[in-house]
Amino acid sequence: MVSVPIETPAAPRPLRVGLFVTCLVDLMRPRIGFAALALLERAGAEVVVPAAQTCCGQPAYNSGDVDASRTLARKLLKEFSGCDYVVAPSGSCAGMIRVHYPRLFEGLPEREAINDLAVRTYELTDFLVNVAKLSDVPGRFSGRIAYHDSCSGLRELGVKQQPRVLLAHVPGATLVELTEPESCCGFGGTFSVKFGDISARMADNKCAQVVACGADTIVAGDLGCLLHLEGRLRRQGDTRTRVLHIAEVLAGDVRGRTSAGGDRISEAATGERT
Amino acid sequence: MKLAAADFKSKAATNLANPSLQRALTRLQERFVGARAKALAELPAVAPLRDAAADIRAHTLENLDHYLTQFEQRVQESGGKVHWASDATAVNRILLDIARAYGVRRVAKSKSMVTEECAVNEALGAAGIDVVETDLGEYILQLANEPPSHIVAPVVHKNKEEIADLFAQHHQRPRQTGIPELCREAREILRPKFLAADMGISGANFLIAETGSALIVTNEGNGRLCTTLPRVHVAITGIEKVVPTLEDVSLLLRLLPRSATGQSITNYVSVLTGPKRAGDLDGPEHFHVILVDNGRSHLLGSELQPMLRCIRCGACMNHCPVYQNIGGHAYGWVYPGPMGVVLTPSLAGMSGTIDLPNASTFCGACADVCPVKIPLPDLMRALRTRQWQGQMRSRGERLGLAIWAAMAMRPRLYALATRVAARLLQLMAGRRQSIKVLPLGGGWTRVRDLPAPAGRTFRDLYAERHTRQINRPQEDHSPFAVSPSAKRGQHRASEQRHK
Repeated sequence: MVSVPIETPAAPRPLRVGLFVTCLVDLMRPRIGFAALALLERAGAEVVVPAAQTCCGQPAYNSGDVDASRTLARKLLKEFSGCDYVVAPSGSCAGMIRVHYPRLFEGLPEREAINDLAVRTYELTDFLVNVAKLSDVPGRFSGRIAYHDSCSGLRELGVKQQPRVLLAHVPGATLVELTEPESCCGFGGTFSVKFGDISARMADNKCAQVVACGADTIVAGDLGCLLHLEGRLRRQGDTRTRVLHIAEVLAGDVRGRTSAGGDRISEAATGERT
Repeated sequence: MKLAAADFKSKAATNLANPSLQRALTRLQERFVGARAKALAELPAVAPLRDAAADIRAHTLENLDHYLTQFEQRVQESGGKVHWASDATAVNRILLDIARAYGVRRVAKSKSMVTEECAVNEALGAAGIDVVETDLGEYILQLANEPPSHIVAPVVHKNKEEIADLFAQHHQRPRQTGIPELCREAREILRPKFLAADMGISGANFLIAETGSALIVTNEGNGRLCTTLPRVHVAITGIEKVVPTLEDVSLLLRLLPRSATGQSITNYVSVLTGPKRAGDLDGPEHFHVILVDNGRSHLLGSELQPMLRCIRCGACMNHCPVYQNIGGHAYGWVYPGPMGVVLTPSLAGMSGTIDLPNASTFCGACADVCPVKIPLPDLMRALRTRQWQGQMRSRGERLGLAIWAAMAMRPRLYALATRVAARLLQLMAGRRQSIKVLPLGGGWTRVRDLPAPAGRTFRDLYAERHTRQINRPQEDHSPFAVSPSAKRGQHRASEQRHK
């Protein structure tokens, strides 16, 4: 949430931040996870990465399988219990924990612990700006970026200015606004698979706006949206438009490379660490 | 109205490929979205007004029995009569009884979605009664024999060329294409129908408990003609439309037209209370209200109760990226868009409507614009949960999710499976870094590529980095893999090692 007052621990020890990598980043684009890690460290956090983490349970929750989503929520609660904060490079997963976990546990004994977890959970850029007060990011970029406001981050967590504020600190990045940056890209989790035709049309509408505003790169805070948009662009024959996660831009050196390229970003993002 | 929501997907696909519909939907969006924003900006503060509106509606629903009884009493006191209809059949039976009692042969109707819901026109027609829709949009649809595709702008899916064709065909007059000319033509055809009607049927945007009034908001003036010229006026509306006081209604009216069409107020706001009194210049001799349940009371006390707050402004569909692209007919019943995907399964039944609550990305735009703050995505999710618990979803979907959930609960198995998947997908993607066809993933690759994964999972890459640094001095025995920035890149991998 925006500007929720946070009590920072009084001790000199750095904030202990649990990185919730998210299942999509883990499987599809690990460099986003490393970029998030680098940014959190840059912000002075001590980052812990619980190794048994898998998924927040959102696919089950949004499909109506309450039992499975509760089971996964309990698992996540246990894994991140020792952290001051939980941060995810995804508004959708962070929103699941922050907004929906408490609803899932209404009237159940874990409710208090779940609430406690929920208020400590942040989307990456929200955390960097509003909690860690980071303004100096290592990213280097070259190009015109259209930022797409992914729905859950925007409407559940109030993520709107945070990524823009951070992008303004990336040398070489020019931010151009879409005519409708807040309209859904059509991903919607299982929606993208169940209602492919509608989902694809929504992506096309979004991509047409990207072309119209003269951007060469789409950036967003949720990998689901990005895979969907990139997949649709490539299917339509667009191999030029770069599709990047905000963490990749903030932490990496993405001068002149297309998103379909190799893994240079992860090296760039984490180069100082290895 | 017959439910036809089972083929949602194929209708959606057809509508996506219909260029004239797509143009119409773009116009709707351009007109209503901007107009709403502008109209709301006139208000000093929208948020407290929405809160108050939601409170009024929620309070009324909590005390629905009280306010409905009060409403009935006031209607009786003013010389009218209230009828209670449990379902569409009851509505039509009551309506035909009223028609017979007064010898009604011709009916003029103003726009009402509840009468669409109950197929009132068909029932009256079958009884030999002549019914004419007098709202311009509804009149066009009656000629075309089509259902509405929007609750506020029912004929939004048609362009003026199509309307010109319809008029020429049905009116036996030379074809005209100018909008003022078409309106004039409709007016000339409809005027004698108003004058000849024995009965006027309207809906009601609100029922006012303290005065026993039915309130309608319209723009064309046909509503006022329908409710004052004929001998008999019957207002047909849902039980949830009642509000306690005129004061409450005036608050809701600050939001309804603004949210619906972007008007500060509609051209007409008619408060209809009882039949014509001695000394009144006009008004019906008989005033009846049919209160329709038709499934609404089942929502009371359930997690879907907030849906009954709805004041039918249509803002949710105007702002819905799904509705904006497929239009209203794809939804297969009276109510389209976000409010429809909740209402249709709630009122018309869960079977045959499986796609509806799933046809949302949960983007949340609908809940953002709802004047009475209905949490529409949450209600859709509640319906998905009912479907899930009732085992109404496809076997493939249930199996897929069960396998995925079982894996996600077993980190080691999950790590192995994702390791294999990441590698396999990368190999499949090849040089192009993009997968065109994915076995078992056809739902994804039918319309888009799958960008190649990096080939190795974050989990594996992270563990590997830590293994490289494992011999460095460690003090912290936390159960986590820790990467303290303060210690310049020294990483602990205790948990990885214990795996």
